[in-house]
Amino acid sequence: MTSIPTNSGGAKGEYWETYKHQPHWRNNEDEFEAAKLGMWLFLATELLLFSGFFCAYFVLRMFYPEAFRGASQEYLNWKIGAINTAVLLISSWNVAVAVRAAQLGQKMILAFNVFFASLCGIAFLVIKLALEYYPKYQAGEIPGALFTFPGGHGEYLPSAYDPIFLSVYWVSTATHGFHVLIGVFLLWWIGWRALKGHFGPKHYTAVENVGLYWHVVDLIWIFLFPLLYLVP
Amino acid sequence: MTTIPADTAGAHGHDDHDAPYYASKGGFFVNVWDWMTTIDHKKIGVMYLFAVMAAFALGGAAAILVRLELFQPAVTVGGDTSGMWPFSTNLGYNKAFTLHGAVMVFLFIIPSIPAALGNFMLPLMLGAKDVAFPRLNLFSWYIYVIGSIFAIVSILLGGVDTGWTFYTPYSVSFDQYGRVIAMTLAVFILGFSSIFTGMNFVVTVHKLRAPGMGWFDMPLFIWAIYATAIIQVLATPVLGITVLLLTIENVFKIGIFNPMYGGDPVLYQHFFWFYSHPAVYIMILPGMGIMSELIAVHARKKIFGYKLVAFSSLGIAAISFIVWGHHMFTAQGELASAIFSGLTFLVAIPSAIKVFNWTATLYKGSIALTTPMVYALIFLFLFSIGGLTGLFLGSLSVDMHLHDTYFVVAHFHYVMMGGTVMAFLGGIHHWWPKMFGKMYNERWALFGAGLVFIGFNMTFFTQFFLGTLGMPRRYATYVDEFTTLHQISTIGSWILAAGMLIHLAVFVTSLFGGKKAPPNPWGGLSLEWEAASPPIEHNFHHEPVVRHGPYDFDDAVPPHTEPGEFPLPAPDGKAKH
Repeated sequence: MTSIPTNSGGAKGEYWETYKHQPHWRNNEDEFEAAKLGMWLFLATELLLFSGFFCAYFVLRMFYPEAFRGASQEYLNWKIGAINTAVLLISSWNVAVAVRAAQLGQKMILAFNVFFASLCGIAFLVIKLALEYYPKYQAGEIPGALFTFPGGHGEYLPSAYDPIFLSVYWVSTATHGFHVLIGVFLLWWIGWRALKGHFGPKHYTAVENVGLYWHVVDLIWIFLFPLLYLVP
Repeated sequence: MTTIPADTAGAHGHDDHDAPYYASKGGFFVNVWDWMTTIDHKKIGVMYLFAVMAAFALGGAAAILVRLELFQPAVTVGGDTSGMWPFSTNLGYNKAFTLHGAVMVFLFIIPSIPAALGNFMLPLMLGAKDVAFPRLNLFSWYIYVIGSIFAIVSILLGGVDTGWTFYTPYSVSFDQYGRVIAMTLAVFILGFSSIFTGMNFVVTVHKLRAPGMGWFDMPLFIWAIYATAIIQVLATPVLGITVLLLTIENVFKIGIFNPMYGGDPVLYQHFFWFYSHPAVYIMILPGMGIMSELIAVHARKKIFGYKLVAFSSLGIAAISFIVWGHHMFTAQGELASAIFSGLTFLVAIPSAIKVFNWTATLYKGSIALTTPMVYALIFLFLFSIGGLTGLFLGSLSVDMHLHDTYFVVAHFHYVMMGGTVMAFLGGIHHWWPKMFGKMYNERWALFGAGLVFIGFNMTFFTQFFLGTLGMPRRYATYVDEFTTLHQISTIGSWILAAGMLIHLAVFVTSLFGGKKAPPNPWGGLSLEWEAASPPIEHNFHHEPVVRHGPYDFDDAVPPHTEPGEFPLPAPDGKAKH
């Protein structure tokens, strides 16, 4: 969506200073605005994609309220979810600072914040995999027909509908995790380009758009967390 | 994909400045590589055109097979019971109509007008050099091709006999070889292609209009494509998550839709139709956009009620999101059904506004009976039948009797084929000289249009009778009383196919031996007629400036024409409202 260097020849100054829009645009501003509009449309599709999970959550919760009420307490540890929420919120702050740094032309601040945000993303994934997914897999707390959990959280015995809660949990968090993973790669790409001096006050389209993406991925987690971990 | 065209044509040398966009760049492989990596919206539009035509041929062949099997009540073809014809068994018949439905919906109609004609024409009509994101455009074509291969292979290998709706629990319970998984993944992939095209068009319309072109100076085709693009962006992701969940459900046996694991199959239907009803308008809206162009240009009349036609496109797009429940009258509660029935009638209002405005535009116009105009008239006729029978089906009590019968089949073929495909054919004839720089043979094209019209009505009007008599959909067999009507329908399908083959022949002969087309053969006023036929690589030598509306035939002289070359209606017929 954004441009790879095409105009290396001749002109002096860093890439962002000499950046020239693609030939079908009238000027750089139009191109920037269009890229941002395109990104917002894409993010709208992302929200609609996740709306399917939320819809399934509410419908199935309406059908099996006891299972959902019990399961969120028995299968998930809200502390892990809360840590992950904090991690993502911090990374979002970093990304916001990075966009500002790009606007001000502070190359190193931009690169640092982007890489730090990507580290947060990795931390999120590691916590998810090591502290949630793997123990659940071992205990047989997996969705649908694969569910083999015999019980054992103290007094709690699984009800017949617990696998449904776990279905929603696994599918929605895994899809979200996949988006975080893509975001990490995008942040590396931004950081690498930032170090090469691609972004500055006159051209920072990619920083802005990847930032928007990261915020939306964060936002989706903000909704997933209370629904899955907190609502009694 | 990352090749950027050298920014030379505009700024530096003027070599090849007048060459058509498809001019040869060198040897055979150089040209193939050039087309495979092009980011020129015109070449991508042409590639889409050929791809959707191929899909149309495949889906059409499957339809002919379905009709052939239905020629007699027994499950055989021509008395053959040896299994020589793979579709002459119940299972084979199911696969044949699944192939027909899925290919026509996902591979043909949805991308047909927006991705083929829209890609080619949208930037030209806006006076732009390209769409907003040219590389994304090429990417979406590749996604389309990959998804199509997935879909066709998974159907042809056998196993997909669910119809194009993949209803659970059937689609997850009897999928022995994972081919429903492959098919739903194909739909997921194709959805991305549709989303990217839609995003591209929305941004292009917002940001790349020529100087002087306000929102209400846009041709109505653009309005329709814009409304379509909004639906593509907002509805397709829901289908994406639906088929993704279906796939995951198939693989990991989770319980979201499958009642065996505690899921809710009606939830699947809601999800599916939340996309697939708006998708119906993804199919018809671009056809309506083409209609506005055909009627106005070939009748040389200012379109009647421009703003109403424009807003009715947006109105249809908005209403499309709140009527999905009318596909589920027998699967949901009575109150919900009654509400959805009421909402469904709302769609008739903007649709009727369009039909009445087109008819009013024709009134005292200077009508030229060219093939595009003939197709526009066919559209008016067939779409009116399709739309009005839609009202029967939207009425709850009538639908209880007619649902899942041939009446429904006939209804949506009148809208989808009688509407969209007729507009598509009219649009191709209308813009063929612009796209390829060659005229087609008018006489043979008109003959083909006549056959299509007769064949279509023979095929599908009979099915209204079959439906009211109680013939259910999706069966390979029927009671003897229906034989005559079924046979008329099957013979009609052959006439329809003959008409299509004549069109194909006309196009092929035009490409290889057609007369050179003038830049403005119909005397159109919108910006694409200012470009050369075929357009140069950057569309226009200079960025065009809009000085008149797209339908001001009374006041403006069409580009590249002499005053009076195209007759205006007689003075007393002028629509001075």
